[in-house]
Amino acid sequence: MKRHLLDAADLDRADATLVLDTAAQIDQALAGREVKKLPTLRGRTVVNLFYEDSTRTRISFELAAKRLSADVINFSAKGSSVSKGESLKDTALTLEAMGSDAIVVRHGASGAPHRLAHWVRGSVVNAGDGTHEHPTQALLDAYTIRHRLGRLDGVRVVIVGDVLHSRVARSNVWLLSTLGAQVTLVAPPTLLPVGVGSWPVEVSYDLDAVLPKADAVMMLRVQAERMNASFFPSAREYSRRYGLDAHRMAALSDDAIVMHPGPMNRGMEIAADVADSVRSTIVEQVGNGVSVRMAVLYLLLGGASS
Amino acid sequence: MASSPEPAQSQSAPGVLLAPADVARVVDRMAHQLIEKCAGGGGVGEDAAGLADLVLVGIPTRGAPLARRLAARVEAFSGTAVDVGTVDITLYRDDLRLRGVRALEDTVLPPAGIDGRLVVLVDDVLFSGRSVRAALDALRDLGRPRAVQLAVLVDRGHRELPIRADYVGKNVPTARTQQVRVHLTEVDGTDEVLVTEGAA
Repeated sequence: MKRHLLDAADLDRADATLVLDTAAQIDQALAGREVKKLPTLRGRTVVNLFYEDSTRTRISFELAAKRLSADVINFSAKGSSVSKGESLKDTALTLEAMGSDAIVVRHGASGAPHRLAHWVRGSVVNAGDGTHEHPTQALLDAYTIRHRLGRLDGVRVVIVGDVLHSRVARSNVWLLSTLGAQVTLVAPPTLLPVGVGSWPVEVSYDLDAVLPKADAVMMLRVQAERMNASFFPSAREYSRRYGLDAHRMAALSDDAIVMHPGPMNRGMEIAADVADSVRSTIVEQVGNGVSVRMAVLYLLLGGASS
Repeated sequence: MASSPEPAQSQSAPGVLLAPADVARVVDRMAHQLIEKCAGGGGVGEDAAGLADLVLVGIPTRGAPLARRLAARVEAFSGTAVDVGTVDITLYRDDLRLRGVRALEDTVLPPAGIDGRLVVLVDDVLFSGRSVRAALDALRDLGRPRAVQLAVLVDRGHRELPIRADYVGKNVPTARTQQVRVHLTEVDGTDEVLVTEGAA
């Protein structure tokens, strides 16, 4: 395992499988326990450096670090020296001088975690950068698929929605194809990135055509600001063509699952009764997120000698 | 127990401490000792109720098959089935940052759990005692046994913590520079204990 987790594209099959296996072992070790805490990272310090708001990802990393007994510092750019003009580099160096062993960074600029990794001696975990990647989300999605379907090799995953702006989609494309799954992207042409032809995926504009063959359908959130930015004619039309409702869900095979990275727009990309159905793994994904992030922190920090 | 007479060695090659037949004999003797101690000292099969209280918990990798073997032999000699479990100690080790990460292994406890029962930790080699300390920490998170004892196939000395085994297959005074390797059929395809020269 490398020192940092910056991209899902960086992970080879062995490393990715190691993370998933480790998460499964951690899950199994903690199942049914009253005390869900391990002493593994006692004395280590993990900083959550969040330049963008993301309560769910931050809490998930915070809980993961705390369950491994690490000390956690939550640093939100709002109300900090960042608003006084301090640069990312100086913030990072300050945190490192205070003795952080790992920095979990969420940043609006694609590539910020890469820059950070050059400046600090500890490990850097990318918790989402711009429209680039969100590797731990992809890992928890892969973990959820493997847990529900029992395998990843040959699994057909359909990713639906705003691929252009979605770091979750990007990370999933790379990780899932590394792990042997077949990915199909479904989106309006305006919401597909330039160069998607070179990705290891199939592309379709017709959701109804691909659903019957899917083993897992991953719905992406439509960001509110996109709804008025002429990427598609109207929210209603988007919902009719690319939303997953009960009628469309009926076209899925019997054991296919429905995923969503959250937060959802109920009634927009996903209907409420789909989100609450037994096929939906949305709540499960949140729980798996903690286990996967524990595995990542253990694998990055457990062995580092600092 | 540590003071029991040790089986004669069939020294087939230099460095071989226990050959396959020796390993089987040592496990048998430890099983008898477990029965004696846990069944109230009355002897074989006399008071098997005490054995129902017993849980053999192996420490992966090789402590786990060893625990299963001990349980099988205890059952063969006493007629009472004994619960077996394994506890992975990796996340409890205090030397993670020195040695680097390793893949985790299974933690499996019997359905009845370990609360209020006699847990015997089983490992292949007792050396510094740090693995056992980690296992004790792990057990504390898993439940509250009535008592915890320790069974090891080989005690090679050089303790760094105040830990002593209750059941020892073989005591082997070693130099720190030597390595003790336990091979078991389940993991390595053969049963033997080797002592080799070379830095640990």
